[in-house]
Amino acid sequence: MPKVMCLAIPVRVISIEGDEAETDIGGVKRKVGIVLTPEVKVGDYVLLHTGYAIGVIDEAEAEETLKLLEEIVSHIEVHRRVPK
Amino acid sequence: MEFCGGHTHAIMRYGIRQLVPATVEMRSGPGCPVCVTANADLDKAIAMAHLPGVIITSFGDMIRVPGSYSTLQQAKAEGADVRVVYSTMDAVDIAKDNPKRSVIFIGIGFETTAPTIAASIIKAQREGIENFYVLSMLKLTPPVMKALLEMGELKLDGIVCPGHVSVIIGSYPYEFIPRSYGVACVVSGFEPVDILLCIAKLVEQIERNQPKVEIAYRRGVKPEGNKKALQLMQEVFETNGANWRGIGIVPQSGLKLNQKYEHFDADKAFQTSLKPVREHKGCRCGDVLRGVATPPQCKLFGTACTPEKPIGPCMVSSEGACAAYHQYGAEHE
Amino acid sequence: MSNTVLLAHGSGGKLSHELVEENFLPSLTNPMLDKLDDSATFQINGHLAFTTDSYVVNPIFFPGGDIGKLAVCGTVNDLSMSGAKPLYLSLSIIVEEGFSLSELDCLVRSIKAATEEAGVKIITGDTKVVNQGQADKLFINTSGIGIIPPGIDISGANAQTGDKVILSGTIGDHGIAIMTQREGLKFEVPVESDCAPLNKLVAQMLETSANIHCLRDPTRGGLATTLNEFARQSRVSIVIEEDKIPVKEGVRAACELLGFDPIYVANEGKLVAIVKPDDADKVLAQMRQNGYGRDAAIIGEVTNNRPGRVIMKTKLGPSRIIGMLSGELLPRIC
Repeated sequence: MPKVMCLAIPVRVISIEGDEAETDIGGVKRKVGIVLTPEVKVGDYVLLHTGYAIGVIDEAEAEETLKLLEEIVSHIEVHRRVPK
Repeated sequence: MEFCGGHTHAIMRYGIRQLVPATVEMRSGPGCPVCVTANADLDKAIAMAHLPGVIITSFGDMIRVPGSYSTLQQAKAEGADVRVVYSTMDAVDIAKDNPKRSVIFIGIGFETTAPTIAASIIKAQREGIENFYVLSMLKLTPPVMKALLEMGELKLDGIVCPGHVSVIIGSYPYEFIPRSYGVACVVSGFEPVDILLCIAKLVEQIERNQPKVEIAYRRGVKPEGNKKALQLMQEVFETNGANWRGIGIVPQSGLKLNQKYEHFDADKAFQTSLKPVREHKGCRCGDVLRGVATPPQCKLFGTACTPEKPIGPCMVSSEGACAAYHQYGAEHE
Repeated sequence: MSNTVLLAHGSGGKLSHELVEENFLPSLTNPMLDKLDDSATFQINGHLAFTTDSYVVNPIFFPGGDIGKLAVCGTVNDLSMSGAKPLYLSLSIIVEEGFSLSELDCLVRSIKAATEEAGVKIITGDTKVVNQGQADKLFINTSGIGIIPPGIDISGANAQTGDKVILSGTIGDHGIAIMTQREGLKFEVPVESDCAPLNKLVAQMLETSANIHCLRDPTRGGLATTLNEFARQSRVSIVIEEDKIPVKEGVRAACELLGFDPIYVANEGKLVAIVKPDDADKVLAQMRQNGYGRDAAIIGEVTNNRPGRVIMKTKLGPSRIIGMLSGELLPRIC
């Protein structure tokens, strides 16, 4: 069953040529339009939505969220229970 | 209430309702662009599919959605050329590859998709492509939030603001909500941790009686949004009243191609004659979209209306509340 | 001689014989087929398994295989899932006029390689030619006969409370390999179809344990649909853990991009086994020794508190019910 639509996926920019970038996620490559994110650089992560990058991901903020996730997961592992 | 199909889906998929306290009740709003499309618009798209020489290009979800009498998939089975594309750019490429045909792209989406369609139109203009058209059914989120708050059917305390719409429009457009309606607003991402964080912040605002607009998806959303994307939207589109399923016409809530780009407007280029629009009896998609009914409260849910034989769009679209409920089960362990 | 298939190739006359003798026989030759009688005849004693399948995949050539390989492996696997040793296949082809003969040769070579790997023989066949556009290039049907060793009783209705659920490897590979070849999607994906004959893997598993209760290959509808079938047939519930299910990174990424859930994507070289708990570890160890089972994993177990249901525990804790695949997999939007 098709999953979520409105989901822009974070992909990594591996090269830029004109108004397109070659991006990679888990080995899957796709050319992406970057007219909406002209400031993007190689190595950046962008949110990919229907063939275009719609925003560049702020890595510092992404790190924060990842840390939060790790905290939650380790908390759950310590107190493993199914809520409700 | 969340106003984003992606959130509706994620909330069901990750069992968020099971993870939050019983005092938090979550209702899904009109966040699925396919679901909020009125039958009249669907019928028009299907009618255009039958025009001679036309290739209809569309995002995947649209082709199974039932209009008054048919679906794009049905039209395809009857001989129409209907093709699923992943990106508007792919539709432009199809136009390039088929210069003698008219390629109409069904423009469904909110502010996340609108700039991508705008960019594709601008590119088509630059490359002198004359057989590419967009049938715009694009809609805007803040106006429908206002409409629902004005209707006041639910006593909303907090809004989970859409994630990727906000990447484009930022958080400023939601400021009127806490200011005029006293409702808390937090922009959320899509991972379970994002949504939980968002709900935690909403609860905090509500308990302190300090409603405001906050961003809990800071890795993707800035308060000012994506200026370039907004600029491209302004370049190509102007607002008009859009017809929302279950709500009716909401002023200035839709986007249509402006005069400068009207030669790409399928509405202007093609005439269709339509049979009278009709709604399916018993279908409560409209109520579900306004959050006044949950999917199981619709008598057709799971019986006459299933993903294999959908009656309303909320069951077809992967972002529809009914599809999410059906897929992930109202019952969790 | 032309280099494409002609309508006359299907008429039963001279060109038909030429087609069989020059394009099929040299590769697929064996004493029974070579006779070219109207039916193949053979003596066989025992508990037989018989299956048929038609193959209409588009595109006909895809990363990791083609419709020919698929046609052999699919039928070999269906026989294996009953515990049968596959023996003989029929091969029936409906091809459009204008189809390239060199592509046909390619497919025949593929079929030959697959039959050799599986150790089965094609003993009878048929070719029909239709007008262009009437067979989406080419359709294949294979039927197969196998023999079930005595004492083997494998069925979707045999699962018992406490049994372990073993998956032979990564899921979603085939469906994604096919889907990304479709026009309009333009992804470069490092994923190949997992199309493979599993009869030798199954034989090794059956040698290791007499307590394999169920076997099935999760083809269309994916892992989720197969597990639901077991739950219904056996009237049990099945609980699996999301993070124990092996998925290749490229498949996961492609699924994210296209909006699919890997548990619903088709596989053509994997199996799900439901095994008595005491034997689960040794069956798993045996599977991992076979190339087609190297990523095998125990992904869950059979319970009896929600008969007919399949429940998946997610990483963060809450479980959710997973149903069969409903509707079609379509790349999604927004």
